[in-house]
Amino acid sequence: MPSLENLEWNLRTLEPTGGLSSLRLTASIFSVLPALALPVFAQHPETTPTTLAPLSTPAHEIFGLSLFVLLITGAIFFSVAGLLVYVIIRYRARGESEHEPAQVYGSVQVELAWTVIPVLIVVVLFLTTARIIFAVQDAPKPKSALDVTVIGHQFWWEFRYPKLGIVTANELHIPVSTHQRPEPTYLRLLSADVDHSFWVPQLNGKTDLIPNHPNEMWMDPQRTGLYLGQCAQFCGVEHAKMLIRVYVDTPEQFTAWVQNQQRPAVDDAAVAQGRQIFETEACVNCHTVSGTAARGTVGPDLTHLMSRATIAAGAALNTPENLHAWIQNPNTFKPGALMPAMQLDDKQIDQIVAYLLTLH
Amino acid sequence: MADQTLPISAPLPEAEAQRVPWLEWMHSWVVTVDHKKLGLLYIVYAIFFLLVAGAEAILIRIQLAWPDMHFVSPEVYDELFTMHGTTMVFLVGMPILFGFANYLVPLMIGARDMAFPRLNAFSFWLTAFGGLLLYFSIVGGFGLYGMGNAPDVGWWAYAPLTAKAFTPGHNTDYWALALIVSGFGTLGTAINIIATTFSLRCKGMTLMRMPLFVWLMLIVSVLTLVTITPLTAAQIMLLIDRYLGGHFFDAQAGGSPIVWMHFFWIFGHPEVYVLVLPAFAIANEVIPVFSRKAIFGYPAMVAASVGICFISLTVWAHHMFTVGMTSVGNTFFVLSTMMVGIPTGIKIFNWLATMWGGRIRFATPMLFCTAFVFQFLLAGLTGIMLSVAPWDWQLHNSYFVIAHFHYVLVGAIVFNIFAAIYYWYPKATGRMLSETLGKWHFWLFLIGFHITFDTMHFVGLLGMPRSIYTYEPDRGWNTLNLIISMGGFVQAIAVLLFAWNLIYSYVRGRAAGNDPWDAWTLEWSTPSPPPAYNFAIDPVVRSRRPLWDLKHPHDPDWKYER
Repeated sequence: MPSLENLEWNLRTLEPTGGLSSLRLTASIFSVLPALALPVFAQHPETTPTTLAPLSTPAHEIFGLSLFVLLITGAIFFSVAGLLVYVIIRYRARGESEHEPAQVYGSVQVELAWTVIPVLIVVVLFLTTARIIFAVQDAPKPKSALDVTVIGHQFWWEFRYPKLGIVTANELHIPVSTHQRPEPTYLRLLSADVDHSFWVPQLNGKTDLIPNHPNEMWMDPQRTGLYLGQCAQFCGVEHAKMLIRVYVDTPEQFTAWVQNQQRPAVDDAAVAQGRQIFETEACVNCHTVSGTAARGTVGPDLTHLMSRATIAAGAALNTPENLHAWIQNPNTFKPGALMPAMQLDDKQIDQIVAYLLTLH
Repeated sequence: MADQTLPISAPLPEAEAQRVPWLEWMHSWVVTVDHKKLGLLYIVYAIFFLLVAGAEAILIRIQLAWPDMHFVSPEVYDELFTMHGTTMVFLVGMPILFGFANYLVPLMIGARDMAFPRLNAFSFWLTAFGGLLLYFSIVGGFGLYGMGNAPDVGWWAYAPLTAKAFTPGHNTDYWALALIVSGFGTLGTAINIIATTFSLRCKGMTLMRMPLFVWLMLIVSVLTLVTITPLTAAQIMLLIDRYLGGHFFDAQAGGSPIVWMHFFWIFGHPEVYVLVLPAFAIANEVIPVFSRKAIFGYPAMVAASVGICFISLTVWAHHMFTVGMTSVGNTFFVLSTMMVGIPTGIKIFNWLATMWGGRIRFATPMLFCTAFVFQFLLAGLTGIMLSVAPWDWQLHNSYFVIAHFHYVLVGAIVFNIFAAIYYWYPKATGRMLSETLGKWHFWLFLIGFHITFDTMHFVGLLGMPRSIYTYEPDRGWNTLNLIISMGGFVQAIAVLLFAWNLIYSYVRGRAAGNDPWDAWTLEWSTPSPPPAYNFAIDPVVRSRRPLWDLKHPHDPDWKYER
């Protein structure tokens, strides 16, 4: 029942989250409109990265503002389009006539009126917008905030948790932020190569990752779950497969995840052969497996590869078969990905996959 | 009136058009400096590239019709959308509008040619060469060895993706050089139009008696002069970065990718107005004639156009709300962008008021113009939505933006280009376009347009970013994308009907006569097609609608105009 599911999302947005409550009140009346209209098209509400079901304060603020703007622009649309339709019906020529209609050259009063009214509308829209810009962009950062550094690469995401000593890729884990226990996440956005843009619509609008121009954005997701997004600034051939998965965890889940990520890589003697191939081939030039000779930083950190659900920045599920296919030829999932095919034989790849499968 | 001399149907006895050898005929088009022939060359050139870029759009839409499609490779997809955008803006939009300006401005102001006919020819051939250079990249992109490729960095070509490290080969160079070359052509035409309107107006035609079409072309030309310059500068900086060890956009050596964005958009946003003001110009001629009324509020229309020209130069960074400007910076560009809505609103109201109380004949040109008013209203309103910076943080680079600017570029500009072709084709060829085919063209194109671009707004709201060659099947975008693609095919059929109409009517069309629409501006006082010298006797005008005065000697305009 996609439509019901989305309606539920929208109803949740009606809960006031502080600030702008009057605006939100107006907005909430109209939130039902897109809630009813749009899900009709959406077949996969649970995995649609919609902008219409915000779950974090910045996304809420934007959504509330957007409904207010929709209300005003909608009113303008229906009045002007109504006039146009009236004019078309009322004044269309019926039959031939020798006479020209009365020539009217203009009217100062009327023209003044339709200049002043738009000016007033602009003033209202501008003030409302400015308020939200400052509220979102200049929100004070609380002490309890979690810091994550996001580094965009062609064509994957690197996530670093500087205070926790964690490095991971493509799947971001952050704690849920509740009224009782606010724990917003602040992302510091950097790029290793070209421009990228971090966009998970349900959590916030997008912010670009630009080399030599650090940016910041924040989110305080109010519901646990998995939220999808992807790179929103064309960054090269595999821009389309630079997907983002954000896991919003309960405090317990998040603590457990952090503890696991902080452990060094599992060292399992049963897969020593795979590890040996991994460490003697070029793999180590790009990948890190903490506690081993692999210290490359060009590609994703693989220390806890198996704690991730996907590989290749979300292009494929993290299964043994997919790992095999990926190592054999990354172009299978991502033609143009920067990881080269290593020209290993099937047996070697099987051994590497066996090794990787132990990296929990 | 004694000084009211308008030779409506009295051209000088012309040498009977004799059949000239084919080669001579071709030669005459290559060496011509006649503004009408050059105007037609521009228009034919633009229509050719319209078909090319339209075909590119269709390939894009086939690739996106279903998730995980393998119709084209990611590399080819990137080339397709880069070439589609670059072609539509620089090889279709600008040339066709300058084509109309070339053809019509001298006729409308009662001149015999442009101020600088040779510069005019030079400008056209530069533009034409720029287009050829861009498409030559397909064979020359990798320097003539191995396979060629077209530019693939997007028509906005953000640094540092354009750096040699990320885009080796020569395709980006072709892109930059092609735009520099066609940019110089554009500058030449802009200078020419400004000089023509300021110095070649016929007796009695003061600035405030110029047809609004001419006013808008004048403003567009001024805007072009201001905005092409930073684009050319940016392209030169890009080439210096790529070949001479410059670091303008190289972040690793202290350069800034954001500098490229500023240069590009201080060109790129006014460019939208360079394209849309000529569309307004067309509406300003067509809507009054088919409503049988003078344009409502002429002075306000002039003022609004000049206002749009100035304000449009202050809004560029609304393309950059997501690059991390300060909150104050963002707020400034929100205000300037919203302010464009005011003069634009005035224009829409004035068109409605022109239709109000008229007797509207819905011939094909008027159908297209009416649809233009409706679509431009919607495009303006989605523009307001995008000017709201926080909402833009969501919508930027999503399909909502694609929908918005196609509403402007297709819904407003292309619709009015069609209106203009239906309206002035009889003047240029002496034959009417088929109304039956025209109505088919209009309704099919209208339906296809709305299927495609209305739907795009929704898929954008559901989080689909632009520039992606494919998408995951679980994102809820499948049905919408299929609908969008189907609309694309409907539009393609309509455009093919139009192309057929152009050819068919050239041979079989009904003879047009001098003034088939019972219109009021000077070009309709010449034969169709007009002779090389345009006017046998220099016309003298006393109002904005000289032919109205002539047709209504007892009730002329100059008694009432203010």
